[in-house]
Amino acid sequence: MEIEKIDQIIDNHHGDASALIQILLDIQSENNWLPKEALRRVSERLNVPSTRVQHIATFYKAFSVVPKGRHQVHICLGTACHVRGAPRVLDSVQEATGIKAGETDLDFKFSLETVNCLGCCALGPVLEVDGKVHGKMTPGQTADVLKTYQ
Amino acid sequence: MSEILLQIDGVNVGASEGMTILEAAQNAGISIPTLCHHEKLEPFGGCRLCIVEVASRGSTKLVVSCVYPVEEKLVVRTRSEKVDRIRKTILELLLAHAPDSPELKRFAKDYNADKDRYEKDASFCIHCGLCVRYCAEVKKADAIGFVDRGIRKEISFIPEIAATVCNDCKECFPLCPTSYLQAAFVLTQALAFPSASSDPAATQ
Repeated sequence: MEIEKIDQIIDNHHGDASALIQILLDIQSENNWLPKEALRRVSERLNVPSTRVQHIATFYKAFSVVPKGRHQVHICLGTACHVRGAPRVLDSVQEATGIKAGETDLDFKFSLETVNCLGCCALGPVLEVDGKVHGKMTPGQTADVLKTYQ
Repeated sequence: MSEILLQIDGVNVGASEGMTILEAAQNAGISIPTLCHHEKLEPFGGCRLCIVEVASRGSTKLVVSCVYPVEEKLVVRTRSEKVDRIRKTILELLLAHAPDSPELKRFAKDYNADKDRYEKDASFCIHCGLCVRYCAEVKKADAIGFVDRGIRKEISFIPEIAATVCNDCKECFPLCPTSYLQAAFVLTQALAFPSASSDPAATQ
């Protein structure tokens, strides 16, 4: 991620230290993850100790300090999705992408995570890609859904 | 100066506005066990070992004395069956993380805590935050901080900062109740800024 882009995001928030989390969120959504250089730049520009930036970046699950793929795949394993067969949906996604939950593939195309409830239990089992919900999934349909993402 | 009067363990104690129960007790020579407290640092309330029972306006409650401000006519009990039982459990939980910490062992003796009560999960750090806070508040160096959260929370040096300031300071080392800090430092040093004396090739 270019330093100019990071500076621009910081400037959008007027370099205000109280906007630290918002700035990190913006960098995260721009770049999919928070590289070390970005954290260092934020720390310097906002005059916030890097220990605190690091603490916040590792505290919230919304942030990632390891590289993430272009598409974030979330599979709901909440109770309703679970009883409707979410574990089998997960298996089929793991097979289609070749990665396990918590991992990112080598082309940085997909990052796969399991979540505990997306709040749309009536649509279970739910597969979410980049915030778009694909409901009533079956193991047979997942590969077709994933094919639509480049 | 002494504008607030309160009672600690049956002794009348004077304190000034803004003081904590712990400070008032220490001024009066009453000892309350602490792990995360340090007089040069802001109160943290992390270890909960300094818990006491306070009675005011007819009801009693348990509060953490290192962050609870003194109040007029407060009646404080620093030892009671309930307080002792809670301190014992806190110590037993901490001993599962750091079974050989001398400080914990000493308190364990006082409170009859069994170091084997809970299954060992030796992470060694008990998250008292003394090193992190001392570095930030007293030294203003911010060479060490917490990372992650919950059961994965741990202390971590920032290698770039640690490389320039830590070798000449190390003032946080004696504060650590478990010696885990020293281990974390040696590990960071070995990975990020090996010193000439630790390099076998250089000493030959």
